[in-house]
Amino acid sequence: MTIILTAVLFATLLGALLALVIGVTAKAFEVETDARVETVTGMLPGVNCGGCGYAGCADFAKAIVEGRTIPSQCPVSTAVNITRIAEYLGITAGEKEKTIAVIRCGGSCAVTVRSPYNGVGDCRSAALVAGGAKGCDFGCIGFASCARACPFDAIEMRDGLAVVHPELCTGCGKCVDTCPKNLIILTPAAVDVHVYCSSPEKGAIKLKVCKTACIACRKCVKAADSETQMTVNGFLVTANYSNPPLPDLVEKAKCPTTALRLASQHAAGAYEGVSK
Amino acid sequence: MSNNILAITIGAILVNNFVLSKILGICPFLGVSKKLETALGMSGAVIFVMALSSLVMALIDKYVLSQTFVIAGTEIKLRFLEILVFIVVIAALVQLVEIILQKFSQPLYKALGIFLPLITTNCAVLGAAELNVKAGRGVIESTIFGTCSAIGFALALVLFSSLRERLDLAKVPAPFQGTAIALITAGILAMVFMGFSGLV
Repeated sequence: MTIILTAVLFATLLGALLALVIGVTAKAFEVETDARVETVTGMLPGVNCGGCGYAGCADFAKAIVEGRTIPSQCPVSTAVNITRIAEYLGITAGEKEKTIAVIRCGGSCAVTVRSPYNGVGDCRSAALVAGGAKGCDFGCIGFASCARACPFDAIEMRDGLAVVHPELCTGCGKCVDTCPKNLIILTPAAVDVHVYCSSPEKGAIKLKVCKTACIACRKCVKAADSETQMTVNGFLVTANYSNPPLPDLVEKAKCPTTALRLASQHAAGAYEGVSK
Repeated sequence: MSNNILAITIGAILVNNFVLSKILGICPFLGVSKKLETALGMSGAVIFVMALSSLVMALIDKYVLSQTFVIAGTEIKLRFLEILVFIVVIAALVQLVEIILQKFSQPLYKALGIFLPLITTNCAVLGAAELNVKAGRGVIESTIFGTCSAIGFALALVLFSSLRERLDLAKVPAPFQGTAIALITAGILAMVFMGFSGLV
């Protein structure tokens, strides 16, 4: 009986003592935190993508509250959400154009393959071995390094070609640095017309290895409302993102290789089979 | 004495590695080994907590649990409360350390903060304290054993997470993907560490 009582008493005393010590320490070493930081963190998306340049949503919230940045630097939040945060803190939200990523290649891996590659399944590793297995030196290698980096699962691998889904992409830019071929660029979300080719080689050389290459025939340049809407750079035409072409250009230009595409249709698979 | 310390050090880190030989602390070993970065953070936290808890547990063992108390005319040893006391005190200790760290060292708190509560009641931490008592080690030896066991845990965790980072890019047959291949890798790693047996 004494043993049971001793055990109960000892355990109770120990618990009370430790509780007291922790309570006193917590009070003595209390760290003052701004309560607004937690509220703002709760209002942010919480995906910790790092697109704002901070170490995560909590770090970004701290920076907003301390006035080091503005709420609109978050590429993921909707405009409504950003206004809400700005109103809560009584500051201006600022303006930031929404961007999405575009992978400038439309030719799948099946097009032409120089040699088999059995190494590590990562684009950066594959690019080290003579620039990858694909026939085109400037095309998507297809080992999904960008898709793995995407925190929003916005990049789909379709037959060895990385395809961005514009409705899922938030423009955080995490994928941009992962591409050893520098195929990924951030473009204004309002622009839907893109040239899905980034090879600067001559048209005939490109056509040998890829059916969807831009051969610089300039059909799109002529069909555009104004010639400055498309930029010709050697043997490659790109959309001019500061004076973008309208979506109906794709219909009007009748691009012979279908390198000129709408991002939404490209993602929806409208060109499946064409590139093969 | 110095010979004994060397034996404890090598024994705890390599020969009787906590994870790969004693199979203690498996949940953080599998849970936070997906990325090298988090594995390093976890390793730091484990070394910190195990060194501290081994020291405090050895002191409690020496000055409380090994003493004989006379209560109401009967002699009582509190040895039977060993596990209960260890668990409660370790939990409270980690909590205390977390509060103090947050106040005095923000960088350290940021690096270890999220891992500290995770390992509060980990079996590796409790195991080190229990094994010290079983082996009858003194305060200094206990602390060294605790620290070295944690270093052994860290070594295994860092090795394993590096392997898993590579495995992510390898072509693994469908039935073995994910945890299955991780467990097979852990098994092979444990066999590698068996090569150290007989060293001490």
